[in-house]
Amino acid sequence: MRRDGSARGGLRIVGTAARKVDGPAKCTGALRFADDIVLPRTLACRILRSHVPHARIRGIDTTRARARPGVFAVLTGSDLPIPFGILPVSQDEHALCPDKVRFVGDPVAAVAAVDEETAWEAANAIRVDYDRLEPIMTIEQALSTETPRIHDYGEGGNVHKKVSLEFGDAEAGLRDADAVFEDIFFYEGSTHLPMEQHSATAMPEPDGRLTVWSSTQTPHYLHRALAKVLEMPASRIRVIACPNGGGFGGKSDPFNHEIVVAKLALLTGRPVKVTLTREEVFYCHRGRHPVLMQVKTGIARDGSIRALHFRSWLDGGAYGSYGVASTYYTGALQTVTYPIGAYKFEGLRVFTNKPPCGPKRGHGTPQPRYALEVHIDKIAERLGVDPADYRLRHLVPPGSLTVNHLRIGSMGLRTCIEKVVAGSGWKEKFRRQPRGRGIGLACSSYISGAGLPIYWNNMPHTGVLLKIDRGGGVTVFCGEIDIGQGSDTVLAQVVAEVLGIDPLDIRIVAGDTDLTPVDLGSYSSRVTLMMGNAAIQAAEKARGILATAAAREWAICAERVVFAGGRVLDSGDPGRAMSFADAVQRAEAASGTIGTVGSYTPPPSTARYRGSGVGPSPAYSYSAAVVEVAVEAATGLVHVERVHLAHDVGRAINPVLSVGQVEGSVYMGLGEALMEEQSFRANRNGVHRAPSMLEYKSPTTMEMPEVVTYLVEDPDPNGPFGAKEVGQGPLLPIAPAVANAVHDAIGVRVDAIPITPDAILRALQAPSKRAGPVRVPATDWPEPVRVPAPALDARPAPDTRPPRDAP
Amino acid sequence: MARLVKRRVNARPRRRAGILARQAGRRPGPVDPHRRVFLRLHVNGADHTIAVAPHRTLLEILREDLGLTGTKHGCELGECGTCTVLLDGIPVLSCLALGLECDDRPVVTVEGLADGPTPHPLQEAFTELGAAQCGYCTPGILCAAKALLEADPDPNRDAIREALSGNLCRCTGYIKIFEAVELAAKRRREPRAAPSRETLFGRRD
Repeated sequence: MRRDGSARGGLRIVGTAARKVDGPAKCTGALRFADDIVLPRTLACRILRSHVPHARIRGIDTTRARARPGVFAVLTGSDLPIPFGILPVSQDEHALCPDKVRFVGDPVAAVAAVDEETAWEAANAIRVDYDRLEPIMTIEQALSTETPRIHDYGEGGNVHKKVSLEFGDAEAGLRDADAVFEDIFFYEGSTHLPMEQHSATAMPEPDGRLTVWSSTQTPHYLHRALAKVLEMPASRIRVIACPNGGGFGGKSDPFNHEIVVAKLALLTGRPVKVTLTREEVFYCHRGRHPVLMQVKTGIARDGSIRALHFRSWLDGGAYGSYGVASTYYTGALQTVTYPIGAYKFEGLRVFTNKPPCGPKRGHGTPQPRYALEVHIDKIAERLGVDPADYRLRHLVPPGSLTVNHLRIGSMGLRTCIEKVVAGSGWKEKFRRQPRGRGIGLACSSYISGAGLPIYWNNMPHTGVLLKIDRGGGVTVFCGEIDIGQGSDTVLAQVVAEVLGIDPLDIRIVAGDTDLTPVDLGSYSSRVTLMMGNAAIQAAEKARGILATAAAREWAICAERVVFAGGRVLDSGDPGRAMSFADAVQRAEAASGTIGTVGSYTPPPSTARYRGSGVGPSPAYSYSAAVVEVAVEAATGLVHVERVHLAHDVGRAINPVLSVGQVEGSVYMGLGEALMEEQSFRANRNGVHRAPSMLEYKSPTTMEMPEVVTYLVEDPDPNGPFGAKEVGQGPLLPIAPAVANAVHDAIGVRVDAIPITPDAILRALQAPSKRAGPVRVPATDWPEPVRVPAPALDARPAPDTRPPRDAP
Repeated sequence: MARLVKRRVNARPRRRAGILARQAGRRPGPVDPHRRVFLRLHVNGADHTIAVAPHRTLLEILREDLGLTGTKHGCELGECGTCTVLLDGIPVLSCLALGLECDDRPVVTVEGLADGPTPHPLQEAFTELGAAQCGYCTPGILCAAKALLEADPDPNRDAIREALSGNLCRCTGYIKIFEAVELAAKRRREPRAAPSRETLFGRRD
């Protein structure tokens, strides 16, 4: 079996549209999500949350709550004094605020009671005495307010993090360019809105251990946070991640409610459960950062980018979360699509008194990608070239090293662009349709897992344990968790491919810290690539054991033994075969119980500068989108009629699930592009504008357009069977493609997301025919970390083949 | 203002049950926490006689009293459609229906769609096309789609959009769901109908 995927030949299971292994359970209601866990004697937990955006806590009076019949325990911040957080550099959260609240929704106290009604009433009987502080609600306000500080750490005032990196001499590149272009963009925050509300149940075991079930994407990080805050050995805590009813990044932080139920269970000696209300989920957030961006590009006569200077200001909300990584991500991946001669990135994240922002599908990259792709559309327009041709002329070559030292593997963007251009009839439509109809194009790229783990260590990022039963059944243990993306199915297909058996003969045990080897979690599009590689390794070892036993039986060399169709065969003698189960029994008789392991660590990055941990990935996926719109000039309404999306997935392990990921990404991208806003009322005490599924507008069946998906398979040497990610990348080009299509339709530029009817009408009335931010705040940027651009011999010449005409 | 925000942020969504009771003409008055009413429910063909608090919603009764956790919830405010079940064959939001309203009326949940061990054609098609990604909205959508197919055995895409417009899904972009409903409908006429190549593999030109 070829692992580089350069040949499709021989693959039997990988590449088929196999049905999801958990599909029947999901379609019959049998699958148990976190809130479906029911244990005897369970107490209900409610958390009292701050209703003020910024205040010191002068005192908390829990007497009345404790006195209520049916109340078993009441917790406040002093019961859980140890801080936690997802990143080692931002351990700034408490399970319950000890002395200060930082946003409406910050947890202050918690109650465990006999039932939910009692817990609610007790929580509302708790009196909190707040000493209000000035709330900080915007990026500008955070930059201009030295005190009060939301946190006592960071880079002074309310600045959480400042980043400044320069690769090559960007100033000289801009000075020497033949033309310089500059734009300012804003991308509003949006939230994940998973259909399932977060839920967690903790159960004390009779022997003093603790088990926690939770709707988490990252059981391993929750495990670490619980051990830290509860001051318990991790070996005595078991975290079971339930299948997530949608995650999208919103369940990848360790959460206060998970720690609170664990503490309450230990205190009461009974299981304790919490399920957040939908409104609480809106306040939990950790979603898309609102980002203000400034792009400056120096273009050479041939159109190539001599230098790029990119600045981003992120509105981080009240806590660190993944924010330091998010800040770097707003500057990391601009370089992996079009060659850039020299690159300067300055990024800054502020704290504000709003729910913390973190990773949402695309983590920190949809905002800069939107800015870059609209900026390039404007450049192409000014240069008088077709934006599709412009991009085709300036593509990063496969196998190259970018200016910020990212190693590109396979790169199928050329094919992606060609597919959507041909499929959409771009050449006949672009700038050729009547006013009101438009077509827009954008491209993007995303990582297939981060090259470095969240906390520094040299251990593998994922492990797979494989056990074979005498009856031929295979059980695969892995810490990954299926959040709907189909990772259980990918795992079964990969193992089935190597062992030549049916994926339905494989049982997956996932996301259980007692049973499964660590997988870092379902985030950063890492699972298929990393888990897949580890699974191949474990399965190949098992295959080796079986092949040796079969070869001995037949007195042939082990290389002649092949595995297919649930049988073990002699490739040299078509008549000789045994069932997979027979081979297992012979192998077990020969060498004992059969269990194997596999693990995966990404290849080391060559970059050695501060901040080089964000951006490197074993493989980069590529996408191109063409969006067709009709815009009503009278109302500003945008109707998206059709989306063409080509995605270079390397190899589709399961095509129907890959197409599903593309369609879901397009959907979520359209929601962000046109309507979703996680925004707050500064003049109303910092409350969410629309903390309900009715008011927070997301696309319904009525708004969803037709999507034409093209899976481009340019196998990557680092991917399992060549596979790269597909869960996040296809979201990225949607917002810029919509913006570019709106411009093609009615000639206005909306340089702020979401593109609402209001914004379009404002742009139509503006003399500049533009709506969007016009200035950026004055900022003291630190001296950049200067990194030489990689030597030219490490950066193959740009792929300058002229664009092929559409077939 | 502050008091309003406090009540809002820490509000209990199930208060709606009280509002519903009021709208139904029942006297609000103070709630006696120990009061119970007897209900006879017909759920998925089985009869249950239970004693529940009168403000209990059908959703709570199904999940917590009958242990039918296949029916999910996304908001408990009637906004997302996740908790859809069939009452008298009509899709209703079980988070907004009081158990009292369902006395002696047939209820069908996702657990009642299959015919014994044989899955409903919708369940089959949803599984086949990956129309259930995370699977959380799926039980409600299956119930709504079943009602549609019973009213219109051959719905076009617009009719499917309309029938499912009250059910939110954040994973699929709805497309695989539309295709699965179409496939299930088609299989009523042609039992061996297969999904299109483009559905399974994307467009391959």
